[in-house]
Amino acid sequence: MNGSPDSPELEALRLSLEVAVRSVGFSLPLAVLAAWVLTRVRFPGRLLLDAFVHLPLVLPPVAVGYVLLLMFGLRAPLGAWLHSHFGVQLAFTTAGAALATAVMTFPLMVRAIRLSLENVDRGLEDAARTLGAAPLDRFLSITLPLMLPGILAGAVTAFAAGLGEFGAVITFASNVPGVTRTLPLALYTAMQSPGGDAVALRLAILSFALGVLGLLAAELLVRRVRRYLGG
Amino acid sequence: MLEVSVLKQLPGFRLDATLTAPTPGVIALFGRSGSGKTTLTHVIAGLLTPDAGTVSLDGEALTDIPRRIVMPVERRRIGYVFQEPRLFPHLSVVGNLRYGERRRAAAPRVAGFDEVVALLGLESLLQKKPRQLSGGERQRVSLGRALLSQPRLLLLDEPLASLDVARREEVLPYLVALRDRLAIPMVYVSHQFDEVLRLATHMVLLEAGRVLAEGPVDELSLYPELQSIIGPDLVGAVVEGVVTRVSADSGSAELALGTGTLQVSLRDVPVGARVRLQLLARDVILATQPVQGLSVRNALASTVIAISEDVFGAVLVRVDVGGAIVLARITQDARRALNLRPGDAVWTLVKAASTRGHTFRLAPGS
Repeated sequence: MNGSPDSPELEALRLSLEVAVRSVGFSLPLAVLAAWVLTRVRFPGRLLLDAFVHLPLVLPPVAVGYVLLLMFGLRAPLGAWLHSHFGVQLAFTTAGAALATAVMTFPLMVRAIRLSLENVDRGLEDAARTLGAAPLDRFLSITLPLMLPGILAGAVTAFAAGLGEFGAVITFASNVPGVTRTLPLALYTAMQSPGGDAVALRLAILSFALGVLGLLAAELLVRRVRRYLGG
Repeated sequence: MLEVSVLKQLPGFRLDATLTAPTPGVIALFGRSGSGKTTLTHVIAGLLTPDAGTVSLDGEALTDIPRRIVMPVERRRIGYVFQEPRLFPHLSVVGNLRYGERRRAAAPRVAGFDEVVALLGLESLLQKKPRQLSGGERQRVSLGRALLSQPRLLLLDEPLASLDVARREEVLPYLVALRDRLAIPMVYVSHQFDEVLRLATHMVLLEAGRVLAEGPVDELSLYPELQSIIGPDLVGAVVEGVVTRVSADSGSAELALGTGTLQVSLRDVPVGARVRLQLLARDVILATQPVQGLSVRNALASTVIAISEDVFGAVLVRVDVGGAIVLARITQDARRALNLRPGDAVWTLVKAASTRGHTFRLAPGS
């Protein structure tokens, strides 16, 4: 994109990190909201919403990418509207890669957050009510801090998984060097090109190291927060 | 005045309770487990909305179903101390204490931070996290947190139930101090009669979701239904009297009871203090003639008012001791041998020592 002198490996790494960060940043608030609605609100169609949220887990990633293309492609209704009103283009861009990654990792995140929300003692919220805390205040001062381990676990897992999202990204955002060619896409490209074995191996090792690092960081972080919460 | 008249149908349980209790003071909700004490407390706090009826405090409607008024819990200014302390684990003791105080900064102040910390002995705990505290300490912090939310009514739902006997004795004096020093009306839920004796100024007897009786503790101690709840060993008239003489070396005191005097084992009470004590019915002896040469310190001239068989197969005799009413529990055989009838003149014998452990100082003015 900017013609930097970075090696293709470093560029892919930087791009993967960027896509994963943006995807987590985009989906986290929505995931907290979805977890809240699915756990605490009783309404008809709750099961349907639950299934919908979990859909990316069971659909082929390519199908998810295709659906996104149908919705946000340049000629698709939503995509055209976004482009003409906000000048935003999602298909074939880094933002698009982040969107595809966000959709794919959404169920993972919602699951972790939901689990922690179910473990929050409602009695503490009742206590906060009697002490004068209105609903939003109660959520921000009691429920959210107590959900923190789950939120962090969800975010880190989604981040680590997002580094490796392939199918949905390549379908929706394509494989543009420096724009959407993240680690797995670069690895795939290297494997397809003659003499790319060394590059492919380096990228594979990089992915592996990143994965291990991410999981370790997640575990340490969650432990720390748990200790802080007195669990 | 706390006025409640509510109906609430829950799965397998129906609350149909009406009560009118004076404030300030300590209103005891007393009954077996499952009698509806906690449900009623939840309704007063607003955590549960009744199907019908009203709840009002000092003339203000908190819940009024016919008029479609249900004030949200957070606006009621009713403090709630739950059975479990329910401290916020991510906040320190100070953070917990300040939680309600901060949110009620605009409310009329009923308790200051330093005052509450001193009253409950929390000075050394302030920087700790809830998980570093003992059970009794946690419940004291929970009490302090509720007080600092500047409540106009404090609900205590068996706050000692989760504590062992030693911890209970550690927290009870703080509750007594609270009642005597702060003018916050309290509703105290319990199924331990000695807690009620020690704290309550008004008692509400609940059974199967209904109010069986309510009134001053001494009146309700004579109520037959109470006797089947607390069991034969704890049955006994509660009497209140003023200390007229103390004897420091023997650890005894005399108090005016009706027109007579009663000598009881009682330490550390000044002359003039109002005292409430329970005379256990199983320890009260009746005699049809004056007796001599007994170690019993009190032989009080009295009249039999009523005789009834209690649910445990024994006989409960109600006697009038110069205006005060005392219960004596005797066997069927003793009743036949003495040929007791209402109106008979008897001597009521009370050991000074048998009131020990059931002697409670009342707050001045209550």
